[in-house]
This record gives sequence, structure tokens and C-alpha cells, in this order.
Amino acid sequence: MQALYAQLLVGLINGSFYALLSLGLAVIFGMLNIINFAHGALFMMGAFASWMLLNYVGIGYFPALILAPLLVGIFGIILEKTIISRLYKLDHLYGLLLTFGLSLVIEGLFRNSYGSSGMPYRIPDILQGATNLGFMYMPNYRGWVVLAAMVVCVSTWAIIEKTSLGATLRAATENAPLVQAFGVNVPRLITLTYGGGVALAAFAGVLAAPIYSVNPNMGSNFINTVFAVVVIGGMGSIMGSILTGFGLGVVEGLTKVFYPQASATVVFVVMVIVLLTRPRGLFGRAA
Amino acid sequence: MADVKMADRATAAAAAGPVLAVENLEAWYGESHILHGINFNVNAGEVVTLLGRNGAGKTTTLKSVMGIIGKRTGSIRFGDQDITRASSDRIARMGVAFCPEERGIFASLDVRENLLLPPIVRSGGLSLDQIFELFPNLKERLNSQGTKLSGGEQQMLAIARILRTGARFLMLDEPTEGLAPVIIQQIGHTIARLKSEGFTILLVEQNFRFASTVADRFYIVEHGKIIDGFANSELQANMDKLHTYLGV
Ligand SMILES: Nc1ncnc2c1ncn2[C@@H]1O[C@H](COP(=O)(O)OP(=O)(O)OP(=O)(O)O)[C@@H](O)[C@H]1O
Ligand SMILES: [Mg+2]
Repeated sequence: MQALYAQLLVGLINGSFYALLSLGLAVIFGMLNIINFAHGALFMMGAFASWMLLNYVGIGYFPALILAPLLVGIFGIILEKTIISRLYKLDHLYGLLLTFGLSLVIEGLFRNSYGSSGMPYRIPDILQGATNLGFMYMPNYRGWVVLAAMVVCVSTWAIIEKTSLGATLRAATENAPLVQAFGVNVPRLITLTYGGGVALAAFAGVLAAPIYSVNPNMGSNFINTVFAVVVIGGMGSIMGSILTGFGLGVVEGLTKVFYPQASATVVFVVMVIVLLTRPRGLFGRAA
Repeated sequence: MADVKMADRATAAAAAGPVLAVENLEAWYGESHILHGINFNVNAGEVVTLLGRNGAGKTTTLKSVMGIIGKRTGSIRFGDQDITRASSDRIARMGVAFCPEERGIFASLDVRENLLLPPIVRSGGLSLDQIFELFPNLKERLNSQGTKLSGGEQQMLAIARILRTGARFLMLDEPTEGLAPVIIQQIGHTIARLKSEGFTILLVEQNFRFASTVADRFYIVEHGKIIDGFANSELQANMDKLHTYLGV
């Protein structure tokens, strides 16, 4: 039973990262029509940014939780403005190739400077230790990751589904030229959307820093699964990406308990089943 | 009294030149050359209608004025500004509002969100209360998904949302297309009401009978050119020509 709860928690933790990352991918895909393969590298940059803030400037975990996404988000905005925006008139495939290339360059640069062995990031004091939940001991930091990820996911969902900015975003996803003809500066909205999606990835990176060692490959380790999550959830739905992210993390965790051999592949098995039965994904909207 | 004021305003506006002046406009979709030199103008307070057969280039003309067509040459002046090369969001912010032929109601937005979507570009737009007075149906459907409305309601929503923005120059592309006679009538009343409140309207219509009830002047579009134009008062005299142009 202990093992079950422990794996459930691990599942929720992984699910938190899947949810944050696939949410950003879905938002970016909706507005830019680009499958952002650089997402894993930007997640890694978030972790590195928090590590650098701590080790070079002495800025700790909690400020970094805000600052790192901001800095990496600005980096994303520069990428979008200078490079990615040149591809909008072309097929999806070019955006995918470009962002894939970008991720290789970014990871290469970090590997050159920091090697690939990884650097530790200490859990902040206030989140050290564990709490007895009665049925299990939960490491405080892990509980915090799940909570923070849920709060950020739900806030992002609320911004997109419940505010006027979100309505403008949704409308621009449907028909950008018309939204622009109403007076909205759509190119700027696209840039900010990319920045926002990137900031979500970087936020996930900061959360991940104390759990995994901070290393240039940490993004690529995640990103394949995240793309499977996106395919399973369907690109069209914000809440869909969140639920699918957490859900698949849990499925993965449970598989570790009941059939450990399959835990690395279960997500892809689910992906195949979903693709065969509902090609648009669980939450995908009809085109 | 009100009439005198309106006449004053019309004279003042005429002296200041047309609200919209299009000269020798050419436009392309990719490689296909669609407009071959469009010339027309719209004065303040007028309702001007572009008539023409399917595929003549009416929609393309409106989209060119709105800045949505990528490649366009010639000259488009709005008030005293040259908007030939301006981006569509800048053109909108100058006070040009567009209601597209396919209505452009957003499926992922409810009616309220659709209505509130276009940003206010200047003061003086209609308030929500005034809009609900014009289109009472919308008030009852505020929480429905935009595309769940009937065709007529969607058209009303598409017109209503640009009335909030404060734009005084409206371009309506076939607002009566596919609608029932009662709804066409309601849209006719709305256009008349807007005109009486001083809006300037550029209308595209296939429904010539409808157009003749609301328009001050007509232009005929054919093969990407304006081939004729006349005032509503000259309508009877031009009936035969019109039948040939429009094939009705
Ligand atoms: N997106 C497009 N790409 C290429 N050609 C187009 C496009 N849209 C319209 N056309 C062509 O441009 C020409 C003019 O079309 P336009 O829509 O302006 O006609 P219209 O006068 O509005 O006709 P209708 O009364 O049918 O709406 C047509 O020959 C049409 O086939
Ligand atoms: Mg048309």
C-alpha cells in the first residue's frame, strides 16, 4: 500500500510537469500554429536560470520562481521576434524543424559550459522535510510542486477561458485576420503568447530543479512523453491538456506499481490506443 | 431643427472631402490579380452600395480597404490619412469597422464575449443598452455559444459588435445574405437608424431590392473594376442597364 501511495505521488509530480509543459505547447500551437520542439530546452533553461540566479547573484528559490520564467520568457519573446516569426507563412513542418534545431543549439551551448553531469539545487529550507499524512509520509517539496503546478495550471486556464484577454486569444486562434481587423495588434499578441508558453515551461523547470539535477538534458528526458501527452489530450483544449498531463502522470505511476516493466512505455501505448479510436485526442475539438 | 443640423453637418463634411476615397486600387490574392483599378468614394453620412455579380470583386474591395489583402496598390484615403499600406489593426483604430460576409462569429466565444471582443477605438460608440434596444434577441442569448445562434441572430451579433467600438465608418458585406424577409427588414431598419445617427456605411449587396431601400448611391463592380455608378434618385432611369449588369 505504501508503495502504491508513493508511486501515486511520483505520478502526480511527473503529471505536474506534463501538465505545465503540454499546457504551454497547446497555447503556443493554438496561436502560432507551431509545434514548439524547443519546449524541453526552455524548460531546462528555467532550471538553469534558477541555478544561476542562486549561484551567481544569490537570489533564492522563491524569487527565482518568478524571475526565471520572466527571464526565459523574454528570451522566448526575442526568439519569436527574430527567428520564429519568419516561418508563419510556411507549413507546420518548418516550425517544427526550426524549433527542434533551436533546442539542439540551446542544449549544446549549456552542455559546453556546464557539462552534462548535472548540478544539485537545494530544496529551500521551508520546504525541507516530510509531512505525515496518516497513510504515508509526503516529502514537503513534492507536495509543494503538485500544489504550485495545479495553481498555475488553473490560473492559466482561468485567464484563457474567463477573461477578455483570453477571449481575444481564443478568437485569434480561430480567425486571426478578423481579430486584427477589429484593431487588435495580433502580431504582438502572438509574441506575448509565445513568451507566456515559454514562461510556463521555465516555471516547470524551476520546480524541477531541486528534484532532478540541473543538467542540459533534463528537458529532452521529458519532452517525448510531453508530446505524447499533447497528442493524447488533443491540441484544442486547455483544460484537456491539464487533465491529460496529471492523468497520464498518475497512470504512469500506477503502472510502476502493478507492472513496472511497462512504466516507460505505458504513455505511448495509451497514445496509440487514443490515436486509433479518437484521432483528435481525448479533448480535441472538431476542426 | 434636427434636419437643419444634419444638413449643416453634411455640407461641412462634403467641404472636408470624402470619408473614403479609393483610387485605382489593384489587389492580388497570391498570384491572382483580382482588382484592376477600383475608383469610388464615400461621403460622410452616406450609405453607398457596391453591387455586382458573384466573384466581381466586392468583398476583395472591402478587404483591401480594411488592409486584410496582402498585396494592394493604388491609393486608399480615409479622412485625411493615406491607409493604402497600413496594417488592418491600425486602420481599425482610425475608426473603420468591418462586418465580414461569412459573419465571423467565434465558436469558442459566447455571445457576450463575441459582442465585447472588438476593442473600443474611440468614444461615442453605442452602449450595450442601446445595442440591446436595436437587437433584443441578443440580450436573451448572451450566454449561448456564438455559433449556436440562428443565421439572423449571428448577423445581428456581427453588426452589433462593431457598433460598440466608436467607429463611425462601417463596411457591411452582404448583411442580408441567406436571411428571412423579416430579418432583412430588421437589418434595413437598423441601417436606416444608423444613417440617421450619422454613421457612414459602405454596403456590399446582391439583394438589389434591399439595397435600393437603404442606399444613397450605387457603384457597379465587374471583373475587378467599377464600371458605373449612380444616385438612388437616378435609379429608375438606369433600370435597364442595371438588369444587364446584374443579370437579374
Ligand atoms: N482567398 C482567395 N484566394 C484566391 N482567389 C480568391 C480568394 N477569395 C476570392 N478570390 C477570387 O477573387 C474574385 C473576387 O472575389 P470576391 O470575393 O471579391 O467576389 P464578390 O464580388 O465578393 O463575390 P460574391 O458576391 O460571391 O461574394 C473571385 O474570382 C474569387 O474566386
Ligand atoms: Mg463577397
